[in-house]
Order: sequence, then structure tokens, then C-alpha cells
Amino acid sequence: MKTFLLCIMLIAWKDIRLEFRSREVVISSLVFAVLVMVLFNFALNVTPDTVDIFAPGVLWVSFVFAGVLAMSRSFAVEKDKGTLDALLLCPVSRDVLFLGKMLALFVFMIVVELLLLPVFAVLFDFSAFSGTLISTIVLATLGFATLGAIFSSMAVNTRSREIMLPILFFPLVAPVIIGAVERTNGVIGTDTGIVGSGRWLQLIAVFDAVFLVLCPWAFGIVMEE
Amino acid sequence: MIDRTPKLAVRVEDLTKGFGEAPVLRDLDIRVGWGRILVIFGANGSGKTTFLKVLSTQYSPDQGKIWMAGIPRSEDPVSIRNIIGVVAHQPMLYQDMSTVENLLFFSRMYRIVDPRKRVAEVTELFGIKSLLERRVGTLSHGMQKRVAIARALLHTPPILLMDEPESGLDEESLYLVMKTLQDYVDQGRTVLMTTHNVDIGLDLASEVAVLSDGAFRYHGNREGIDTDKFRSTYLGRMEVGS
Repeated sequence: MKTFLLCIMLIAWKDIRLEFRSREVVISSLVFAVLVMVLFNFALNVTPDTVDIFAPGVLWVSFVFAGVLAMSRSFAVEKDKGTLDALLLCPVSRDVLFLGKMLALFVFMIVVELLLLPVFAVLFDFSAFSGTLISTIVLATLGFATLGAIFSSMAVNTRSREIMLPILFFPLVAPVIIGAVERTNGVIGTDTGIVGSGRWLQLIAVFDAVFLVLCPWAFGIVMEE
Repeated sequence: MIDRTPKLAVRVEDLTKGFGEAPVLRDLDIRVGWGRILVIFGANGSGKTTFLKVLSTQYSPDQGKIWMAGIPRSEDPVSIRNIIGVVAHQPMLYQDMSTVENLLFFSRMYRIVDPRKRVAEVTELFGIKSLLERRVGTLSHGMQKRVAIARALLHTPPILLMDEPESGLDEESLYLVMKTLQDYVDQGRTVLMTTHNVDIGLDLASEVAVLSDGAFRYHGNREGIDTDKFRSTYLGRMEVGS
């Protein structure tokens, strides 16, 4: 178990170090997400009266779009440089490789989302730093990263990987996005009904659990052991 | 010490592998003992790289059985990855990490007890100690290849799989690699390598095989092979031993 966790951390830490040097994923995702937020802000003509209606949707659309950019790079970089083969040759199970890559993706996405929150708070004029919102972001991002990592690994072997990834990803991640939007609606919006029971958070947690069981298993098949 | 309890380092029976309709490897059978260098010759597209990828657990066979050091590939691929070292066409190194960072990362993935000591040993062996702090992306192809071979030997695997290891190497690097391989098999380890270069291949080989259209057309000991005749066979002009 200790070795299992150690190797997951090693792979994730390696990805984080590489990203720290290149800053390709975080910077590009961040810039893209800010642009999405600004464009939505103008396109929807958000006013203080309508901010509660639009803000949760805009927040999560920005997060998901930024996440897809990060996902598309996750396995593509390894594949293009030939290092995916080196990882696959390491004497660890495919689960370890998957969870290591997924953990790094999760960290990148969380960093981008935390950096986006103040921008969002300024644009939409609300206090972004609530425990409820942070817990929703963490759980939903876990779902995004898990599903994103598996589809990134699938798309990397296809010719049109940039197209394949969102086509595969969005339909399956929809329940998590819906749960996250509804939960956020309770924090910054007007909906106070179901949020108090935390059912949306439970829904997200259930999907996370399902993804965390199925995706590492599917990765072994995708990588053709 | 190398565990030579299983008599054969590599045993392949009835191996078939294809992509889509066309089989790339067809009904391959081969056995290689310990302390041997099997050099596999073959033209482009003959299936050499696919064969090594199946042995190294990167591809699953469609049919057939493989044992590496007695370990069945179908049952325990993780243990097989622990006893093989692989040198591929690409260096399989992180270009934005330094040589030492690359080697330490893979040492830890292979759970080597004292990674820094082992990295110092292999870099000394391949004359790349001065490159330790250099980013791999700034190294020449030949130097990257040396680092790649050092990476493959980090965990002192009893079986080494090399896909055209001589490509991109200068004379000095080539000599170093050939000497290392010879020392390596002298310690009872086994090497399977592919090459296009008949001279280098025959110099190193203790066994020779020719792969053509996914099937072994020839497999035998190096002794007794006439280099000129073999070269002709490899070029498809006459049969070995005729």
C-alpha cells in the first residue's frame, strides 16, 4: 500500500514539477477561463438583479472549459514525447499510473479554479470564499479530473484527439456539472431548498466514487495490458 | 545474483499479434537461454518493434504464450516489467527534466533502494556524469541515447530488450554500448536486440534470428554463420546454410 501511494505521488509530483517549469497548462487554462467569464459577463448583460441566475452557470462553464484544456495536455504530452511508454514499462499496475496522472490533473485544475475565484467575485460582485463553495469545487473537480484523465488517455490514441476529448467527456460529466451548479446556486444564488440537505453534494460524491472505481480499471484496458 | 531457476530467459510459443485485419506477427516460437545475445534482423515493417513491445507487455498478444524468466506474461505483467529493461527508438526521457532528475524519477519508480548511488554508477558506466545537471532536451541524440540506455539498466534487469540501440550513436558511444552489453551477458544476463546493421549485429550476437513478414525465417547460433552469406540472406538474395 505504501509503495502504491508512493508511486502515485511520484508521478503526480513529476507532472507538477514539469508544469511548474513550463507553466503551459495553468497559464493557458487560466487565461482561457478568464476570457470565457468576461465574454459571458458581456453576452448575458449581467446586472445586480440577474447575477444570482447567471453566475453559478458561468462559473462552472468556465471551470469545465479550463479543465478540458488541461485534460487535453495530460496524456498528449507523454504520448508525443514517448514518455508514456516509459511509464507503462514501470513495474507498477496501471491503476498507479492512472491515479498519479489524475492527481496531477486535479491539482492543476484546483489551482486554476482557486485563481479564477477572485476574478469571478470581482466580475459578478459576490464573496467567493465560502466553505460550501470550496467543498463543492473540490468534489466536482475530483470528478472532472478522474473522468478527464480516462478520456484524455483514450483520446490520445485517436487522430482527432482535441475533438474526441470534449465529445466523450461532456455527456458523462453532466451530472457532476448539474450538481455543482445547483449547489453553487445555493451559495450565491437564490435557491435555498435542497441545498441545505446537501443532496447535490452527495450526488457529486456518488459520481466521484463511481468514476474512481471504474476509471482506473478502464485505464488498464485502454492501455492494452 | 540472477535467478536462473527457469532454464530459459525468454520463451515464446505460437505468438500472433495484429492490428486490425492484418497480422503483424504470425505463430512465432522462440527460446533464448541465459547469458545470450539474440540479435533479430529484419527489414522495416517486418515486426521487430512489435515483437519487442509484446515481450515488454506494451502490447497484448492476440494468441500464444510468453514467459520471461519463467514468469507467464498473461498472469503477471508487473513482475515481468520488473525484470526487463527496454531501450526503444525514442529515448523515452522527459526533455524538460535534467539527466539526474530523469534517472532519479525512474529509479524511484523501480523502487531502487539507494537511487542516488545507482544513478552515480550508471552515469559513470556510460560516461555521462558531466551531463547530470543538463536538461535532457539540450543533449544531442547520441547523448540522450546513452542516458536512455543508462535508464534501462538502472534496476539491473536480467533481460534487456533493445530496439536498434545503435541508431544515432557515434563510434565512441557505440563502442561503449557494445562493451557494456558484452559485460552484461558475461554476468549471465540476456539481451534481445533488433538491428539493421549486419556488422554490429553479428559482432555482438550469440544467436541470430531473421524476422520477415511477421515470421522467423531463421534462428540459430552465431557460430558457423558466414557473414557474407548472411548479409545476402538478410537482403533476400539467398538462404542461410545453402
